[in-house]
Amino acid sequence: MNTVWSRFNISSVVLGFAFLYLPIVLLVIYSFNESKLVTVWAGFSTKWYVSLLSNQSVLDAAWVTVRVGILSATVATVLGTLAALTLVRFTRFRGRLLFSGMVFAPLVMPEVITGLSLLLLFVAIGLDRGFITVTLAHITFTMCFVAVVVQSRLMTFDRSLEEAAMDLGAPPVKTFFQITLPVILPAIISGWMLAFTLSLDDLVISNFTSGPGATTLPMKIYSQVRLGVTPEINAICSLMIGVVALGVIGASLVNKRREVQRLRDEQAARQGNG
Amino acid sequence: MQKALAAIVSRLVIAVPYAWLLVFFLAPFLIVLKISFSSTAIAMPPYTPVLDWTGGISGLIAKFGEFSTFNYEFLFDDSLYLKAYLSSVVIAAISTFLTLLIGYPIAYGMARAPATIRPTLLMLVILPFWTSFLIRVYAWIGILKPEGLLNQLLLAVGLIDEPLIIMNTYTAIFIGIVYSYLPFMILPLYSALEKMDYSLVEAAEDLGCTPFGAFWKVTFPLSIPGIVAGSLLVFIPATGEFVIPDLLGGSQTLMIGKTLWNEFASNRDWPLSSAVAILLLLLLVIPIVLFQNAQAKAQEAGK
Repeated sequence: MNTVWSRFNISSVVLGFAFLYLPIVLLVIYSFNESKLVTVWAGFSTKWYVSLLSNQSVLDAAWVTVRVGILSATVATVLGTLAALTLVRFTRFRGRLLFSGMVFAPLVMPEVITGLSLLLLFVAIGLDRGFITVTLAHITFTMCFVAVVVQSRLMTFDRSLEEAAMDLGAPPVKTFFQITLPVILPAIISGWMLAFTLSLDDLVISNFTSGPGATTLPMKIYSQVRLGVTPEINAICSLMIGVVALGVIGASLVNKRREVQRLRDEQAARQGNG
Repeated sequence: MQKALAAIVSRLVIAVPYAWLLVFFLAPFLIVLKISFSSTAIAMPPYTPVLDWTGGISGLIAKFGEFSTFNYEFLFDDSLYLKAYLSSVVIAAISTFLTLLIGYPIAYGMARAPATIRPTLLMLVILPFWTSFLIRVYAWIGILKPEGLLNQLLLAVGLIDEPLIIMNTYTAIFIGIVYSYLPFMILPLYSALEKMDYSLVEAAEDLGCTPFGAFWKVTFPLSIPGIVAGSLLVFIPATGEFVIPDLLGGSQTLMIGKTLWNEFASNRDWPLSSAVAILLLLLLVIPIVLFQNAQAKAQEAGK
Protein backbone atom coordinates (compact mmCIF):
# COMPACT_ATOMS: atom_id res chain seq x y z
CA MET A 1 0.00 0.00 0.00
CA ASN A 2 1.34 3.36 -1.02
CA THR A 3 1.41 5.53 2.09
CA VAL A 4 3.45 8.44 0.77
CA TRP A 5 1.40 11.57 1.16
CA SER A 6 2.43 13.44 -1.95
CA ARG A 7 3.25 17.12 -2.02
CA PHE A 8 0.21 17.76 -4.21
CA ASN A 9 -2.13 16.11 -1.74
CA ILE A 10 -0.64 17.93 1.24
CA SER A 11 -0.87 21.31 -0.44
CA SER A 12 -4.46 20.81 -1.58
CA VAL A 13 -5.52 19.85 1.95
CA VAL A 14 -3.62 22.77 3.51
CA LEU A 15 -4.98 25.29 0.99
CA GLY A 16 -8.49 23.88 1.39
CA PHE A 17 -8.41 24.24 5.16
CA ALA A 18 -6.94 27.73 4.86
CA PHE A 19 -9.91 28.66 2.65
CA LEU A 20 -12.34 27.14 5.17
CA TYR A 21 -10.85 28.77 8.24
CA LEU A 22 -9.28 32.08 7.18
CA PRO A 23 -12.54 34.08 6.95
CA ILE A 24 -13.62 32.92 10.42
CA VAL A 25 -10.20 33.64 11.92
CA LEU A 26 -10.15 37.13 10.37
CA LEU A 27 -13.62 37.82 11.70
CA VAL A 28 -12.55 36.91 15.24
CA ILE A 29 -9.31 38.92 14.99
CA TYR A 30 -11.13 42.05 13.83
CA SER A 31 -13.63 41.82 16.68
CA PHE A 32 -10.72 42.95 18.88
CA ASN A 33 -10.06 45.98 16.69
CA GLU A 34 -9.89 49.35 18.41
CA SER A 35 -11.14 51.20 15.32
CA LYS A 36 -14.78 51.48 14.40
CA LEU A 37 -13.78 50.79 10.80
CA VAL A 38 -13.83 47.03 10.76
CA THR A 39 -11.13 46.56 8.17
CA VAL A 40 -8.52 49.04 9.42
CA TRP A 41 -6.45 47.67 12.28
CA ALA A 42 -5.93 50.26 15.03
CA GLY A 43 -4.76 48.22 17.96
CA PHE A 44 -6.11 45.61 20.34
CA SER A 45 -9.23 46.34 22.33
CA THR A 46 -12.03 44.48 24.04
CA LYS A 47 -14.33 47.49 24.07
CA TRP A 48 -16.81 45.98 21.61
CA TYR A 49 -17.39 43.06 23.94
CA VAL A 50 -17.95 45.48 26.82
CA SER A 51 -20.42 47.55 24.81
CA LEU A 52 -22.18 44.33 23.83
CA LEU A 53 -22.91 43.56 27.46
CA SER A 54 -24.82 46.82 27.83
CA ASN A 55 -26.81 46.34 24.61
CA GLN A 56 -30.17 45.22 25.96
CA SER A 57 -31.73 44.31 22.59
CA VAL A 58 -28.84 41.97 21.75
CA LEU A 59 -29.01 40.35 25.18
CA ASP A 60 -32.79 39.89 24.81
CA ALA A 61 -32.32 38.30 21.40
CA ALA A 62 -29.65 35.97 22.77
CA TRP A 63 -31.97 34.90 25.59
CA VAL A 64 -34.85 34.22 23.16
CA THR A 65 -32.50 32.20 20.93
CA VAL A 66 -31.25 30.05 23.79
CA ARG A 67 -34.78 29.35 25.06
CA VAL A 68 -36.09 28.50 21.58
CA GLY A 69 -33.02 26.32 21.01
CA ILE A 70 -33.28 24.30 24.22
CA LEU A 71 -37.04 23.84 24.03
CA SER A 72 -37.18 22.97 20.34
CA ALA A 73 -34.13 20.69 20.46
CA THR A 74 -35.59 18.74 23.37
CA VAL A 75 -39.01 18.20 21.79
CA ALA A 76 -37.39 17.53 18.40
CA THR A 77 -35.13 14.90 19.96
CA VAL A 78 -38.10 13.02 21.42
CA LEU A 79 -40.10 13.22 18.18
CA GLY A 80 -37.06 12.47 16.01
CA THR A 81 -36.13 9.42 18.07
CA LEU A 82 -39.70 8.11 17.82
CA ALA A 83 -39.63 8.73 14.07
CA ALA A 84 -36.32 6.85 13.76
CA LEU A 85 -37.72 3.91 15.77
CA THR A 86 -40.75 3.88 13.49
CA LEU A 87 -38.60 3.89 10.36
CA VAL A 88 -36.28 1.10 11.50
CA ARG A 89 -38.52 -1.11 13.61
CA PHE A 90 -41.95 -0.90 11.99
CA THR A 91 -41.33 -1.74 8.38
CA ARG A 92 -44.95 -2.55 7.66
CA PHE A 93 -47.81 -0.23 8.45
CA ARG A 94 -50.28 1.71 6.41
CA GLY A 95 -48.88 5.02 5.18
CA ARG A 96 -45.23 4.14 5.74
CA LEU A 97 -44.18 5.58 2.39
CA LEU A 98 -45.84 8.90 3.20
CA PHE A 99 -44.20 8.86 6.62
CA SER A 100 -40.66 8.29 5.35
CA GLY A 101 -41.26 10.91 2.67
CA MET A 102 -42.30 13.42 5.32
CA VAL A 103 -39.23 12.62 7.43
CA PHE A 104 -36.73 13.03 4.59
CA ALA A 105 -38.31 15.82 2.55
CA PRO A 106 -37.69 18.64 5.05
CA LEU A 107 -33.96 17.84 4.92
CA VAL A 108 -33.73 19.00 1.32
CA MET A 109 -36.64 21.46 1.29
CA PRO A 110 -35.51 25.04 0.58
CA GLU A 111 -35.85 27.01 3.80
CA VAL A 112 -37.91 29.73 2.15
CA ILE A 113 -40.62 27.17 1.36
CA THR A 114 -40.64 25.60 4.84
CA GLY A 115 -40.80 29.06 6.39
CA LEU A 116 -43.57 30.34 4.14
CA SER A 117 -45.70 27.21 4.52
CA LEU A 118 -45.45 27.18 8.33
CA LEU A 119 -46.32 30.86 8.45
CA LEU A 120 -49.41 30.29 6.33
CA LEU A 121 -50.45 27.43 8.65
CA PHE A 122 -50.10 29.63 11.73
CA VAL A 123 -52.13 32.37 10.06
CA ALA A 124 -54.80 29.87 8.97
CA ILE A 125 -55.27 28.48 12.48
CA GLY A 126 -55.09 31.96 14.00
CA LEU A 127 -51.95 31.48 16.08
CA ASP A 128 -50.20 34.79 16.78
CA ARG A 129 -46.63 34.86 15.58
CA GLY A 130 -44.08 34.90 18.37
CA PHE A 131 -42.09 32.65 20.66
CA ILE A 132 -44.46 29.67 20.30
CA THR A 133 -44.60 29.73 16.51
CA VAL A 134 -40.79 29.94 16.10
CA THR A 135 -40.39 27.05 18.52
CA LEU A 136 -42.97 24.91 16.68
CA ALA A 137 -41.26 25.68 13.37
CA HIS A 138 -37.82 24.80 14.72
CA ILE A 139 -39.11 21.53 16.21
CA THR A 140 -40.52 20.56 12.84
CA PHE A 141 -37.43 21.08 10.73
CA THR A 142 -34.87 19.87 13.29
CA MET A 143 -36.72 16.66 14.26
CA CYS A 144 -35.98 15.26 10.81
CA PHE A 145 -32.23 15.74 11.32
CA VAL A 146 -32.47 13.98 14.70
CA ALA A 147 -34.40 11.14 13.04
CA VAL A 148 -31.62 10.62 10.47
CA VAL A 149 -28.87 10.59 13.11
CA VAL A 150 -30.70 8.16 15.41
CA GLN A 151 -31.84 6.00 12.51
CA SER A 152 -28.28 5.36 11.35
CA ARG A 153 -27.33 4.22 14.87
CA LEU A 154 -30.41 1.96 15.13
CA MET A 155 -29.55 0.27 11.84
CA THR A 156 -26.22 -0.98 13.19
CA PHE A 157 -27.79 -2.00 16.49
CA ASP A 158 -27.21 -5.60 17.55
CA ARG A 159 -30.75 -6.84 18.09
CA SER A 160 -29.65 -10.04 19.80
CA LEU A 161 -29.13 -7.91 22.94
CA GLU A 162 -32.82 -7.06 22.97
CA GLU A 163 -33.80 -10.63 22.20
CA ALA A 164 -31.65 -11.85 25.08
CA ALA A 165 -33.34 -9.46 27.51
CA MET A 166 -36.78 -10.53 26.35
CA ASP A 167 -35.85 -14.21 26.53
CA LEU A 168 -34.87 -13.55 30.13
CA GLY A 169 -38.38 -12.25 30.73
CA ALA A 170 -38.06 -8.48 30.38
CA PRO A 171 -41.20 -6.91 28.90
CA PRO A 172 -40.69 -4.94 25.63
CA VAL A 173 -41.08 -1.50 27.21
CA LYS A 174 -38.59 -2.34 29.95
CA THR A 175 -36.22 -3.81 27.37
CA PHE A 176 -36.36 -0.53 25.48
CA PHE A 177 -35.46 1.59 28.50
CA GLN A 178 -32.81 -0.78 29.89
CA ILE A 179 -31.13 -2.03 26.71
CA THR A 180 -32.02 -0.05 23.60
CA LEU A 181 -32.02 3.46 25.02
CA PRO A 182 -28.57 3.28 26.69
CA VAL A 183 -27.06 1.91 23.48
CA ILE A 184 -28.49 4.58 21.20
CA LEU A 185 -28.04 7.37 23.78
CA PRO A 186 -24.86 8.82 22.18
CA ALA A 187 -26.76 9.18 18.89
CA ILE A 188 -29.67 10.82 20.71
CA ILE A 189 -27.30 13.25 22.41
CA SER A 190 -25.60 14.18 19.16
CA GLY A 191 -29.06 14.52 17.61
CA TRP A 192 -29.97 16.99 20.36
CA MET A 193 -26.79 18.96 19.78
CA LEU A 194 -27.39 19.04 16.04
CA ALA A 195 -30.98 20.22 16.58
CA PHE A 196 -29.81 22.86 19.05
CA THR A 197 -27.16 24.28 16.70
CA LEU A 198 -29.54 24.23 13.73
CA SER A 199 -32.07 26.16 15.79
CA LEU A 200 -29.39 28.58 17.02
CA ASP A 201 -28.32 29.11 13.45
CA ASP A 202 -31.59 29.47 11.65
CA LEU A 203 -32.43 32.78 10.04
CA VAL A 204 -34.82 32.16 7.17
CA ILE A 205 -37.45 30.04 8.93
CA SER A 206 -37.34 32.29 12.02
CA ASN A 207 -37.78 35.36 9.83
CA PHE A 208 -41.02 33.94 8.47
CA THR A 209 -42.46 32.48 11.64
CA SER A 210 -41.37 34.91 14.33
CA GLY A 211 -43.24 37.98 15.43
CA PRO A 212 -42.76 41.04 17.62
CA GLY A 213 -41.04 40.27 20.90
CA ALA A 214 -39.42 37.06 19.67
CA THR A 215 -36.42 38.32 17.70
CA THR A 216 -33.70 35.68 17.63
CA LEU A 217 -29.99 36.46 17.53
CA PRO A 218 -29.54 35.59 13.82
CA MET A 219 -32.50 37.86 13.00
CA LYS A 220 -30.88 40.63 15.04
CA ILE A 221 -27.49 40.10 13.37
CA TYR A 222 -29.10 40.01 9.95
CA SER A 223 -30.92 43.30 10.43
CA GLN A 224 -27.69 44.93 11.67
CA VAL A 225 -25.57 43.50 8.86
CA ARG A 226 -27.88 45.09 6.32
CA LEU A 227 -27.01 48.44 7.87
CA GLY A 228 -23.28 47.78 7.58
CA VAL A 229 -20.40 45.82 9.05
CA THR A 230 -19.49 46.86 12.61
CA PRO A 231 -16.96 45.51 15.11
CA GLU A 232 -19.85 44.91 17.49
CA ILE A 233 -21.38 42.34 15.10
CA ASN A 234 -17.93 40.75 14.83
CA ALA A 235 -17.92 40.49 18.62
CA ILE A 236 -21.37 38.82 18.74
CA CYS A 237 -20.32 36.38 16.01
CA SER A 238 -17.04 35.59 17.78
CA LEU A 239 -18.91 34.84 20.99
CA MET A 240 -21.31 32.51 19.15
CA ILE A 241 -18.39 30.76 17.46
CA GLY A 242 -16.69 30.41 20.85
CA VAL A 243 -19.76 28.88 22.51
CA VAL A 244 -20.29 26.38 19.68
CA ALA A 245 -16.59 25.45 19.53
CA LEU A 246 -16.56 24.79 23.28
CA GLY A 247 -19.66 22.63 22.93
CA VAL A 248 -18.27 20.60 20.04
CA ILE A 249 -14.86 20.09 21.67
CA GLY A 250 -16.52 19.18 24.99
CA ALA A 251 -18.79 16.67 23.31
CA SER A 252 -15.93 15.03 21.43
CA LEU A 253 -13.89 14.75 24.66
CA VAL A 254 -16.84 13.07 26.42
CA ASN A 255 -17.24 10.73 23.46
CA LYS A 256 -13.55 9.87 23.52
CA ARG A 257 -13.63 9.11 27.23
CA ARG A 258 -16.66 6.86 26.79
CA GLU A 259 -14.90 5.08 23.94
CA VAL A 260 -11.76 4.50 26.04
CA GLN A 261 -13.93 3.29 28.93
CA ARG A 262 -15.78 0.90 26.63
CA LEU A 263 -12.54 -0.55 25.24
CA ARG A 264 -11.24 -1.01 28.80
CA ASP A 265 -14.48 -2.73 29.84
CA GLU A 266 -14.34 -5.03 26.85
CA GLN A 267 -10.74 -5.92 27.57
CA ALA A 268 -11.56 -6.60 31.23
CA ALA A 269 -14.47 -8.79 30.20
CA ARG A 270 -12.26 -10.73 27.81
CA GLN A 271 -9.58 -11.26 30.44
CA GLY A 272 -12.26 -12.35 32.89
CA ASN A 273 -13.38 -15.00 30.41
CA GLY A 274 -9.84 -16.16 29.69
CA MET B 1 -51.65 -7.60 29.62
CA GLN B 2 -47.99 -6.95 28.79
CA LYS B 3 -48.66 -7.67 25.15
CA ALA B 4 -51.60 -5.27 25.02
CA LEU B 5 -49.48 -2.57 26.64
CA ALA B 6 -46.69 -3.14 24.13
CA ALA B 7 -49.18 -2.88 21.28
CA ILE B 8 -50.49 0.44 22.57
CA VAL B 9 -46.97 1.78 23.06
CA SER B 10 -45.87 0.82 19.59
CA ARG B 11 -49.00 2.48 18.15
CA LEU B 12 -48.02 5.65 20.00
CA VAL B 13 -44.44 5.45 18.76
CA ILE B 14 -45.75 5.61 15.21
CA ALA B 15 -48.66 7.97 15.80
CA VAL B 16 -46.95 10.84 17.61
CA PRO B 17 -44.29 11.79 15.04
CA TYR B 18 -46.71 10.90 12.23
CA ALA B 19 -49.35 13.29 13.53
CA TRP B 20 -46.77 16.01 14.10
CA LEU B 21 -45.50 15.81 10.53
CA LEU B 22 -49.01 15.72 9.11
CA VAL B 23 -49.94 18.89 10.98
CA PHE B 24 -46.69 20.83 10.62
CA PHE B 25 -45.31 19.60 7.33
CA LEU B 26 -48.02 18.23 5.03
CA ALA B 27 -50.88 20.54 6.04
CA PRO B 28 -48.80 23.75 5.64
CA PHE B 29 -47.68 22.54 2.26
CA LEU B 30 -51.28 21.97 1.15
CA ILE B 31 -52.16 25.43 2.42
CA VAL B 32 -49.38 26.94 0.28
CA LEU B 33 -50.74 25.03 -2.69
CA LYS B 34 -54.24 26.30 -2.01
CA ILE B 35 -53.24 29.92 -1.42
CA SER B 36 -51.19 29.94 -4.61
CA PHE B 37 -54.56 29.65 -6.37
CA SER B 38 -56.12 32.52 -4.43
CA SER B 39 -56.09 36.17 -5.36
CA THR B 40 -54.50 39.01 -3.46
CA ALA B 41 -56.66 41.09 -1.15
CA ILE B 42 -55.93 44.10 0.98
CA ALA B 43 -56.79 42.54 4.31
CA MET B 44 -55.29 40.41 7.02
CA PRO B 45 -54.46 37.74 6.04
CA PRO B 46 -53.85 39.40 2.69
CA TYR B 47 -55.48 36.86 0.43
CA THR B 48 -58.88 35.47 -0.54
CA PRO B 49 -60.56 32.99 -0.35
CA VAL B 50 -59.56 31.83 3.11
CA LEU B 51 -60.34 28.23 3.93
CA ASP B 52 -63.71 28.51 5.56
CA TRP B 53 -65.52 25.58 7.12
CA THR B 54 -68.63 27.52 8.18
CA GLY B 55 -70.37 26.86 4.85
CA GLY B 56 -69.92 23.11 5.19
CA ILE B 57 -69.07 20.93 2.20
CA SER B 58 -71.23 22.89 -0.25
CA GLY B 59 -69.66 26.14 0.93
CA LEU B 60 -66.26 24.61 0.39
CA ILE B 61 -67.17 23.61 -3.14
CA ALA B 62 -68.40 27.13 -3.82
CA LYS B 63 -65.06 28.41 -2.61
CA PHE B 64 -63.34 26.28 -5.20
CA GLY B 65 -65.12 28.37 -7.82
CA GLU B 66 -63.10 31.35 -6.66
CA PHE B 67 -59.82 29.59 -7.36
CA SER B 68 -57.76 31.33 -9.95
CA THR B 69 -54.63 30.50 -11.82
CA PHE B 70 -53.97 34.23 -11.99
CA ASN B 71 -50.76 34.00 -9.98
CA TYR B 72 -49.27 31.38 -12.23
CA GLU B 73 -50.27 33.26 -15.37
CA PHE B 74 -48.69 36.34 -13.87
CA LEU B 75 -45.47 34.44 -13.14
CA PHE B 76 -45.23 33.24 -16.72
CA ASP B 77 -46.17 36.59 -18.23
CA ASP B 78 -43.71 38.65 -16.25
CA SER B 79 -40.25 37.86 -17.56
CA LEU B 80 -38.74 38.96 -14.22
CA TYR B 81 -39.84 35.73 -12.56
CA LEU B 82 -38.73 33.48 -15.39
CA LYS B 83 -35.37 35.23 -15.36
CA ALA B 84 -35.12 34.74 -11.60
CA TYR B 85 -35.83 31.01 -11.91
CA LEU B 86 -33.39 30.63 -14.75
CA SER B 87 -30.63 32.60 -13.09
CA SER B 88 -31.08 30.65 -9.82
CA VAL B 89 -30.56 27.39 -11.68
CA VAL B 90 -27.57 28.75 -13.62
CA ILE B 91 -25.96 30.26 -10.51
CA ALA B 92 -26.54 27.05 -8.54
CA ALA B 93 -25.14 24.90 -11.37
CA ILE B 94 -22.00 27.02 -11.83
CA SER B 95 -21.39 27.16 -8.07
CA THR B 96 -21.88 23.40 -7.79
CA PHE B 97 -19.30 22.85 -10.51
CA LEU B 98 -16.84 25.25 -8.83
CA THR B 99 -17.43 23.54 -5.47
CA LEU B 100 -16.67 20.19 -7.10
CA LEU B 101 -13.47 21.55 -8.68
CA ILE B 102 -12.26 22.91 -5.34
CA GLY B 103 -13.63 20.11 -3.15
CA TYR B 104 -12.30 17.17 -5.16
CA PRO B 105 -8.55 17.78 -4.58
CA ILE B 106 -9.22 18.44 -0.88
CA ALA B 107 -11.26 15.23 -0.46
CA TYR B 108 -8.66 13.28 -2.46
CA GLY B 109 -5.81 14.67 -0.38
CA MET B 110 -7.69 13.76 2.81
CA ALA B 111 -8.42 10.24 1.60
CA ARG B 112 -4.74 9.70 0.80
CA ALA B 113 -3.53 11.14 4.12
CA PRO B 114 -1.98 8.76 6.69
CA ALA B 115 -4.80 6.83 8.39
CA THR B 116 -3.81 8.21 11.80
CA ILE B 117 -4.60 11.83 10.95
CA ARG B 118 -7.69 11.18 8.81
CA PRO B 119 -10.21 11.44 11.71
CA THR B 120 -8.71 14.81 12.67
CA LEU B 121 -8.95 16.08 9.09
CA LEU B 122 -12.56 14.90 8.92
CA MET B 123 -13.34 16.71 12.17
CA LEU B 124 -11.75 19.89 10.76
CA VAL B 125 -14.03 19.75 7.70
CA ILE B 126 -17.14 19.25 9.82
CA LEU B 127 -16.27 21.95 12.38
CA PRO B 128 -17.12 25.01 10.21
CA PHE B 129 -20.55 23.45 9.63
CA TRP B 130 -21.25 23.98 13.33
CA THR B 131 -20.58 27.71 13.15
CA SER B 132 -23.47 29.82 11.99
CA PHE B 133 -24.17 29.98 8.29
CA LEU B 134 -25.02 33.67 8.61
CA ILE B 135 -21.72 34.37 10.36
CA ARG B 136 -19.75 32.60 7.65
CA VAL B 137 -21.46 34.66 4.95
CA TYR B 138 -21.00 37.83 6.99
CA ALA B 139 -17.26 37.13 7.33
CA TRP B 140 -16.90 37.48 3.56
CA ILE B 141 -18.37 40.99 3.49
CA GLY B 142 -15.37 42.29 5.41
CA ILE B 143 -13.03 40.51 2.99
CA LEU B 144 -14.69 41.34 -0.32
CA LYS B 145 -15.91 44.91 0.02
CA PRO B 146 -14.00 47.63 -1.89
CA GLU B 147 -12.02 48.78 1.18
CA GLY B 148 -11.97 45.18 2.47
CA LEU B 149 -9.11 42.93 3.41
CA LEU B 150 -8.65 41.29 0.00
CA ASN B 151 -8.32 44.60 -1.79
CA GLN B 152 -6.00 45.96 0.91
CA LEU B 153 -3.76 42.93 0.47
CA LEU B 154 -3.74 43.07 -3.33
CA LEU B 155 -3.07 46.83 -3.31
CA ALA B 156 -0.26 46.45 -0.79
CA VAL B 157 1.38 43.70 -2.84
CA GLY B 158 0.98 45.83 -5.92
CA LEU B 159 -1.01 43.36 -8.01
CA ILE B 160 -3.77 45.90 -8.63
CA ASP B 161 -3.85 49.70 -8.77
CA GLU B 162 -7.44 50.26 -7.76
CA PRO B 163 -9.81 48.14 -5.66
CA LEU B 164 -11.59 45.27 -7.37
CA ILE B 165 -15.36 45.47 -7.27
CA ILE B 166 -16.46 42.04 -6.04
CA MET B 167 -19.16 42.82 -3.50
CA ASN B 168 -22.66 42.98 -4.98
CA THR B 169 -21.72 40.99 -8.06
CA TYR B 170 -22.37 37.41 -9.13
CA THR B 171 -18.73 36.62 -8.32
CA ALA B 172 -19.47 37.35 -4.66
CA ILE B 173 -22.45 34.97 -4.79
CA PHE B 174 -20.27 32.22 -6.28
CA ILE B 175 -17.67 32.72 -3.55
CA GLY B 176 -20.37 32.69 -0.88
CA ILE B 177 -22.02 29.50 -2.12
CA VAL B 178 -18.73 27.65 -2.70
CA TYR B 179 -17.51 28.62 0.76
CA SER B 180 -20.74 27.80 2.61
CA TYR B 181 -21.42 24.48 0.93
CA LEU B 182 -17.86 23.15 0.51
CA PRO B 183 -18.15 20.69 3.46
CA PHE B 184 -21.30 19.18 1.87
CA MET B 185 -19.23 18.41 -1.24
CA ILE B 186 -16.10 17.21 0.55
CA LEU B 187 -17.83 14.73 2.90
CA PRO B 188 -19.52 12.43 0.33
CA LEU B 189 -16.48 12.67 -1.96
CA TYR B 190 -14.19 11.74 0.90
CA SER B 191 -16.28 8.75 1.92
CA ALA B 192 -16.29 7.49 -1.69
CA LEU B 193 -12.54 8.01 -2.16
CA GLU B 194 -11.59 6.66 1.25
CA LYS B 195 -13.34 3.32 0.64
CA MET B 196 -11.61 2.91 -2.71
CA ASP B 197 -9.02 0.20 -3.21
CA TYR B 198 -5.85 2.00 -4.33
CA SER B 199 -4.17 -1.17 -5.52
CA LEU B 200 -6.42 -0.74 -8.58
CA VAL B 201 -4.63 2.52 -9.39
CA GLU B 202 -1.26 0.85 -8.86
CA ALA B 203 -2.29 -1.97 -11.15
CA ALA B 204 -3.26 0.51 -13.85
CA GLU B 205 0.06 2.30 -13.50
CA ASP B 206 1.98 -1.00 -13.60
CA LEU B 207 0.17 -1.78 -16.83
CA GLY B 208 1.49 1.43 -18.35
CA CYS B 209 -1.10 4.06 -17.52
CA THR B 210 0.20 7.56 -16.79
CA PRO B 211 -0.72 8.81 -13.29
CA PHE B 212 -3.33 11.09 -14.83
CA GLY B 213 -4.63 8.29 -17.05
CA ALA B 214 -4.97 6.02 -14.04
CA PHE B 215 -6.84 8.75 -12.16
CA TRP B 216 -9.20 9.39 -15.08
CA LYS B 217 -9.88 5.72 -15.85
CA VAL B 218 -9.93 4.25 -12.31
CA THR B 219 -10.25 6.76 -9.47
CA PHE B 220 -12.68 9.15 -11.13
CA PRO B 221 -15.30 6.55 -12.19
CA LEU B 222 -15.18 4.94 -8.74
CA SER B 223 -15.85 8.29 -7.09
CA ILE B 224 -18.93 9.07 -9.19
CA PRO B 225 -21.45 8.17 -6.41
CA GLY B 226 -19.69 10.70 -4.17
CA ILE B 227 -19.73 13.30 -6.95
CA VAL B 228 -23.46 12.80 -7.52
CA ALA B 229 -24.35 12.97 -3.82
CA GLY B 230 -22.12 15.99 -3.18
CA SER B 231 -23.33 17.89 -6.25
CA LEU B 232 -27.00 17.39 -5.34
CA LEU B 233 -26.34 18.37 -1.72
CA VAL B 234 -24.90 21.65 -3.00
CA PHE B 235 -27.23 22.27 -5.95
CA ILE B 236 -30.56 21.79 -4.15
CA PRO B 237 -30.11 24.28 -1.29
CA ALA B 238 -28.11 26.70 -3.49
CA THR B 239 -31.06 27.05 -5.90
CA GLY B 240 -33.38 28.30 -3.16
CA GLU B 241 -30.67 30.29 -1.39
CA PHE B 242 -31.76 33.58 0.14
CA VAL B 243 -29.11 34.79 2.59
CA ILE B 244 -26.12 34.68 0.23
CA PRO B 245 -27.64 36.62 -2.71
CA ASP B 246 -29.21 39.04 -0.26
CA LEU B 247 -26.04 39.87 1.68
CA LEU B 248 -23.31 39.39 -0.94
CA GLY B 249 -25.18 39.85 -4.22
CA GLY B 250 -26.70 43.27 -3.62
CA SER B 251 -29.98 44.48 -5.00
CA GLN B 252 -29.44 43.77 -8.69
CA THR B 253 -28.82 40.04 -8.55
CA LEU B 254 -31.77 37.82 -9.32
CA MET B 255 -32.39 34.62 -7.40
CA ILE B 256 -35.72 33.01 -6.75
CA GLY B 257 -35.35 32.64 -2.98
CA LYS B 258 -34.80 36.38 -2.73
CA THR B 259 -37.72 37.10 -5.08
CA LEU B 260 -39.99 34.96 -2.90
CA TRP B 261 -38.94 36.81 0.23
CA ASN B 262 -39.42 40.22 -1.44
CA GLU B 263 -42.89 39.32 -2.68
CA PHE B 264 -43.75 38.15 0.78
CA ALA B 265 -42.16 40.83 2.96
CA SER B 266 -42.11 43.99 0.85
CA ASN B 267 -45.04 43.56 -1.52
CA ARG B 268 -47.12 41.51 0.93
CA ASP B 269 -48.36 39.43 -1.97
CA TRP B 270 -48.81 36.09 -0.22
CA PRO B 271 -50.63 34.28 -3.03
CA LEU B 272 -47.90 35.21 -5.49
CA SER B 273 -45.12 34.13 -3.13
CA SER B 274 -46.98 30.83 -2.63
CA ALA B 275 -47.06 30.33 -6.39
CA VAL B 276 -43.32 31.13 -6.55
CA ALA B 277 -42.74 28.53 -3.82
CA ILE B 278 -44.75 25.84 -5.63
CA LEU B 279 -42.85 26.42 -8.88
CA LEU B 280 -39.52 26.38 -7.04
CA LEU B 281 -40.47 23.04 -5.53
CA LEU B 282 -41.47 21.64 -8.93
CA LEU B 283 -38.09 22.79 -10.23
CA LEU B 284 -36.35 20.89 -7.45
CA VAL B 285 -38.47 17.71 -7.55
CA ILE B 286 -36.19 15.99 -10.05
CA PRO B 287 -32.91 16.64 -8.19
CA ILE B 288 -34.58 15.77 -4.86
CA VAL B 289 -35.90 12.44 -6.18
CA LEU B 290 -32.49 11.71 -7.72
CA PHE B 291 -30.87 12.38 -4.37
CA GLN B 292 -33.30 10.18 -2.43
CA ASN B 293 -32.73 7.35 -4.91
CA ALA B 294 -28.96 7.69 -4.62
CA GLN B 295 -29.25 7.63 -0.82
CA ALA B 296 -31.51 4.57 -0.87
CA LYS B 297 -29.08 2.78 -3.17
CA ALA B 298 -26.14 3.65 -0.93
CA GLN B 299 -28.08 2.40 2.08
CA GLU B 300 -28.86 -0.90 0.32
CA ALA B 301 -25.19 -1.29 -0.61
CA GLY B 302 -24.14 -0.56 2.96
CA LYS B 303 -26.30 -3.32 4.43
